[in-house]
Amino acid sequence: MEKYWQKEIETASRDEIVAIQNKRLKETVRRVYDNVEHYRKKMDEIGIKPEDINSIDDLHKLPFSYKQDLRDTYPYGMFAVPMKDVVRLHASSGTTGKQIVVGYTKNDLDVWADICARQLYAVGADENDMVHVSYGYGLFTGGFGLHGGAERIGATIIPVSSGNTNRQVTILKDFRSTVLCCTPSYAMFIGETLKQMGIDKSELCLKAGIFGAEPWTDEMRQQIEDLLGLKAYDIYGLTEIMGPGVSYGCNMQDGMHVNEDHFIIEVIDPDTGEVLPDGEQGEIVFTTLTKEAFPIIRYRTRDIGVVTRGKCECGRTFAKMSKPRGRTDDMLIIRGVNVFPSQIETVLIRCGYTANYQIIVDRVNNLDTVEVKVEMTDEAFTDSMAELTKRERTLHEEMKSLLGISAKVTLVPPRSIERSIGKAVRTIDKRKLI
Amino acid sequence: MAIKQLAVFVENKHGSLDEITKILANAGVDIRALSISETQDFGILRMIVSDLEAAKATLKENQCVYTVTEVVGVSVPDTPGAMAGVIRILSENNINLEYVYAFLGASHDSACVILRVADNALTEKLLEEGGYHVVSDPFIEKL
Repeated sequence: MEKYWQKEIETASRDEIVAIQNKRLKETVRRVYDNVEHYRKKMDEIGIKPEDINSIDDLHKLPFSYKQDLRDTYPYGMFAVPMKDVVRLHASSGTTGKQIVVGYTKNDLDVWADICARQLYAVGADENDMVHVSYGYGLFTGGFGLHGGAERIGATIIPVSSGNTNRQVTILKDFRSTVLCCTPSYAMFIGETLKQMGIDKSELCLKAGIFGAEPWTDEMRQQIEDLLGLKAYDIYGLTEIMGPGVSYGCNMQDGMHVNEDHFIIEVIDPDTGEVLPDGEQGEIVFTTLTKEAFPIIRYRTRDIGVVTRGKCECGRTFAKMSKPRGRTDDMLIIRGVNVFPSQIETVLIRCGYTANYQIIVDRVNNLDTVEVKVEMTDEAFTDSMAELTKRERTLHEEMKSLLGISAKVTLVPPRSIERSIGKAVRTIDKRKLI
Repeated sequence: MAIKQLAVFVENKHGSLDEITKILANAGVDIRALSISETQDFGILRMIVSDLEAAKATLKENQCVYTVTEVVGVSVPDTPGAMAGVIRILSENNINLEYVYAFLGASHDSACVILRVADNALTEKLLEEGGYHVVSDPFIEKL
């Protein structure tokens, strides 16, 4: 029996969802116009007033918001409530530039807990579960997000945070964690550590994993499920919108339901800004509908994906977004060809290697070169050089046919590529394009 | 009958071989024979060792990738034409050699030649019929 945390809204009709969105969008636009100078200025510049926005069909009239806007208004310029109403701050890691900071009111935290509770119920968790949170706790939204959801459903939370992987394994085993929450690359690392510590996955009680915060492939999902003996689910979110739980994976393991009562999803052509029809791949854009402290209008996530609508077999009616296929800023342009690390990952796993890889892009004599470092595995190794070079060649050819570019494949010893306890570093771009 | 050979994946860079031989040495494993084949980036280090189980355990612990393969070991007298005789038997019976290497055993009038072929049992049978002495793991352990 499928369980829903908030069945009424999670299985509402399209008309009901649209009615809620229309009402909440109007309120949000009015609120940001009245309270946030940045939005007021941007709307005035193009001559749009809050009363021009009457339904979600008018959404496209509003200007986009960019990460740069959050940097320009740092730290509190985009907040829509007085600081006395802000009960929590979170911040992005700042790894790709100046950090950004977001705020939450008590109601925002309440909504966040509910949407994470929806996620936990969707993977079959409830008050009987032991939820092991290995996302980092702190300014990063990962840890506290799922923590709030687990608390909401009355599960037992094990707030391990990230790092100290041997200890993670010991806790998984001794505390009998049933649900693991972390980044997919960290789940892989935990799985490898398990093997190395000589613990069989059957000694763990894990049944589900909720993995997100970085792009990953279905092939990697298979590897994680094999390593840890659980069902691996996607969760999607970003600090600018809320944190994890903006969209949530269900039992179908095919895309994630967008919490449409709190967020509007659009998919646009990243070059023209034009809204694309359902089913077409483009950049994902979100508008918040209920956020009080940090509402955001048409935020360009830079994640690439597809949105589809229609009732899912799990019974939920919220629009579904695909796993992000990559990010516009992760996308490598190599000899004029667009390449996403996730495409390379797909080929590697299909050829019997692991998702531990690194892509090194360089420019030699004005020509882009790509080297993919792949870790050798017990399964892919043989004593025969002829066979080994044949496998290397197959990998090279598969990669060429899928990506349209020729990459040098270098096999390296296991665990020689640095592991990450958070988001994995997949690409090193040495090109100096100035 | 066949001999168990250990093959280890090594990166073709300074210090790789040093690391693996050190790992084996620390576990008290003696390397009886060794051969390397390499590309520009990586190599396969093939070895016949004194204590296979101890070698496997220490390699696993040190996160090395390895595989154990059964190979044919044959004792070849130290006389002109002895090796040619082995090759002739293989060739006449259409047995392809993937790789071959040799090492000296306890006695200095013969060498132990390691052959990697598709069908170990058939190769061993043909060599014995041809008058060669096929060696086994217990022989290696006694070295």
